[in-house]
Amino acid sequence: MSAPILRVEGLRTYFPIRRGVFQRIAGHVRAVDGVDLAVPAGGTLALVGESGCGKTTVGRSILRLVEPQAGSVWYEGTDLLRLTPAELRPYRRHLQVVFQDPIAALDPRMRVRDSIAEGMVAFRIGAGDAERTDRVAALMRRVGLDADQMRRYPHEFSGGQRQRICIARALAVEPRLIVCDEAISALDVSIQAQILNLLRDLQQDLGLSYLFITHDLSVVRYLADRVAVMYLGQIVEERETEALFAAPAHPYTRGLLASVPSVDPATPGARARVRGDVPSPARPPEGCRFHTRCPEVFARCSVEAPPLYGVDGGASRCFLVDPEHASVR
Amino acid sequence: MEAPLLRVDRLVTVFPSDRGPVAVVDGVSLEIRAGEVVALVGESGCGKSMTALSLLRLVPPPGRIASGRIEVAGEDVLALPVSALRRLRGRQIAMIFQEPGTSLNPVLTAGAQVTEAIRLHERVSRAAARARVVALFEQVGIPDPRERLDAYPHQLSGGMKQRVMIAMALAARPRLLIADEPTTALDVTIQAQILELLHELRRELGMAILLISHDFGVVNALADRVAVMYAGQIVEQGTRPELLASARHPYTAGLLRAMPARAVRGTRLAEIPGTVPSPAARPPGCRFATRCPLAFEPCATIDPAWTALGATHATRCHAVAEGRA
Repeated sequence: MSAPILRVEGLRTYFPIRRGVFQRIAGHVRAVDGVDLAVPAGGTLALVGESGCGKTTVGRSILRLVEPQAGSVWYEGTDLLRLTPAELRPYRRHLQVVFQDPIAALDPRMRVRDSIAEGMVAFRIGAGDAERTDRVAALMRRVGLDADQMRRYPHEFSGGQRQRICIARALAVEPRLIVCDEAISALDVSIQAQILNLLRDLQQDLGLSYLFITHDLSVVRYLADRVAVMYLGQIVEERETEALFAAPAHPYTRGLLASVPSVDPATPGARARVRGDVPSPARPPEGCRFHTRCPEVFARCSVEAPPLYGVDGGASRCFLVDPEHASVR
Repeated sequence: MEAPLLRVDRLVTVFPSDRGPVAVVDGVSLEIRAGEVVALVGESGCGKSMTALSLLRLVPPPGRIASGRIEVAGEDVLALPVSALRRLRGRQIAMIFQEPGTSLNPVLTAGAQVTEAIRLHERVSRAAARARVVALFEQVGIPDPRERLDAYPHQLSGGMKQRVMIAMALAARPRLLIADEPTTALDVTIQAQILELLHELRRELGMAILLISHDFGVVNALADRVAVMYAGQIVEQGTRPELLASARHPYTAGLLRAMPARAVRGTRLAEIPGTVPSPAARPPGCRFATRCPLAFEPCATIDPAWTALGATHATRCHAVAEGRA
C-alpha cells in the first residue's frame, strides 16, 4: 500500500472526572492513551474494539471534535493539532465524517437539498444556489437516491436512505478522507450490503481513504486493507488485514476473533476465550492492560507494560511476541 | 409423538393505522417441542418481536391479537383469565430482552428483584428465597454471587445485567424461555459468554428456547430449527443446517449472500434492492415480490402457499413451487 494520507502519533485524549459541589477534577478517563495510526492513501484502515475502548474518541480527536492533550495528526505535512481554528478550516473540507445514527446527524427541519448543500455554502463551492442544486442532484444520484426527492425532509426517508444522504453530504465538499464511525452498524443486513458496496464504489472512483471505526469483525475482514485493534485506549495489534485474520498475534485479537459466532452450519458457535468485563478506563490495570482478562497471562504481564513488537505485516503489544521471550521459552 | 410445548396457529396481531388495522403479525404458525431451540430470524420491522410478545399476551396497546390460537402445554392462552395468565408467565414461559438495563428496576438491588420473582410464584421465606437467588446467580455465572445480591443495576456491567435477567427468568423454572435479541446490545466477547451460558442452561435444564434474532451467527450457535420472517409472515422454515446451508426462499438466500462474513474480499456484496415495505403498504401478492430477483407473473397478485421441501424444510415461494429456483 502507498504512503499514508494521515498519520497519528502519540495521540492522548483524556476526559476529566469531576466530583462534588465544586466539580473538582478527581481523575481522568484515559480514553485514548498513546495511539499511533496510519491511514493508507486510497485505502481503508479499520479501527476495531469493544465499547469504551476509545475508538470513537480517536476519530473525534483526529477531526478535533474533541481536543486531545498530546500527540500529532499529520496530514499533507501539517500537524492538524497545532493549528488554530481559522488555520484548521480549509482542512475540514478534506476530512469528513459519517456517524452511526443518521437521524441524529441530520437536521430534521432542513430539507435534504439544504443539508447536502450546507458544506458547499460554507466552503464556497459552486457559483450560486442553482449550481449547488445541480450538484446536489448529481450527488444524490451518485449515492443511489432519487434526485427528485431533494425537497423532502429526513423523516420521509428510510434508515438506509438517510445514511446515503449523510454520505452525499460528506462527499459534497470533495473530501479525501472520510471517518466512518460505526456508519453501518445500525442498519439491517440487506441495507448494510448496499451501503458497503456504495462505500467501496466511491473509494474506487474517487480515490477516497477511509478510517473505518467499527466493532464488526466480519465487515473489517471484508473491506479493510489494514486493521488496528484497540483495547482500553491503546492499539494492541496493527496488521495487514489478511495477516491479522490468518494469524492474530495478540491474545485479545485471538479472543475477539474466537467470540464471533460462526455462520457455517458445520462449525456453529462462538468461543468465550476472553473472561470477565473490560476494566474502567479511569483506572486501567498496571502492566499490560489486558492482563486481567488474558487467557495467556504470565508473571511479567502484571508488572511491565509491553511495547509494540514487530510481527508479520504489522505489530503486536504483547510479551508473547517479544523476541527475547520467545528465546526464553 | 409428544404434543408440542407451544403451538401457534395462524396468529394475527394488528395495530390501528390511518388506513385501518395493519397486521404486524400476519398468520404466523409455529411449533416448539419441549427442550427444542427455535429461532425466529428477520430484519427490523418483520414482526418477530411482536410475535414473541403475542405469546405472552403482552402486545402493547393499541395493538391487539385479532385472531389465531396459541397453546402452551395444551392450554388455550388466548382464553385464559388474567389470574391464570400470571401463572403462565414465569412458570411456563419467561422472557429476556435486548436491553437488560431498561428491564431492571434501577432503585431495587439485583437480589431483591430476583427474590421478588421467586416469591411471586412460590411461598417461600425471604431467607430461603435469598439462598435460591445465590444458587441462581451461580448458575448463570455471576462471580461473587453473595456480594452481587446487594448491587444496584447501575453498578453492574451490561453482561452482568443480562445474567441477572436470565436468573430472574429462570426463577420459576419455566419450560420455555423467549430470548428477544438477548446479545444484540452486548460486545462480542460478552456475547460469546452469554451464548455459552444459554447453551449450557439449555443442556442442563432441558428448557425450550424461542430465540428472536437478526444475526445468523447467533442463530447458528443455538438453534435446532429456524423460521425466517419477512413483512409479518414466516416465509421459510427448516432445521438449522437446512436454512444456513440450503436456503431456498430468495429472501433467505439473499440475506445470507449479503453477509460480509460469507463474502470474498474484493468482491461486491450481493444486495437485496430496496427496503422492507411498511405494513400499511404491502404488495398484494408475495410480500417480497417487489425486491425479488426471481419474481414472475403470479408473485404480484397471489400470496404463495407453503411448498414442502422435505420432512422439516418448507418455504412460501412461487418460484420454488414451480421449480424455477
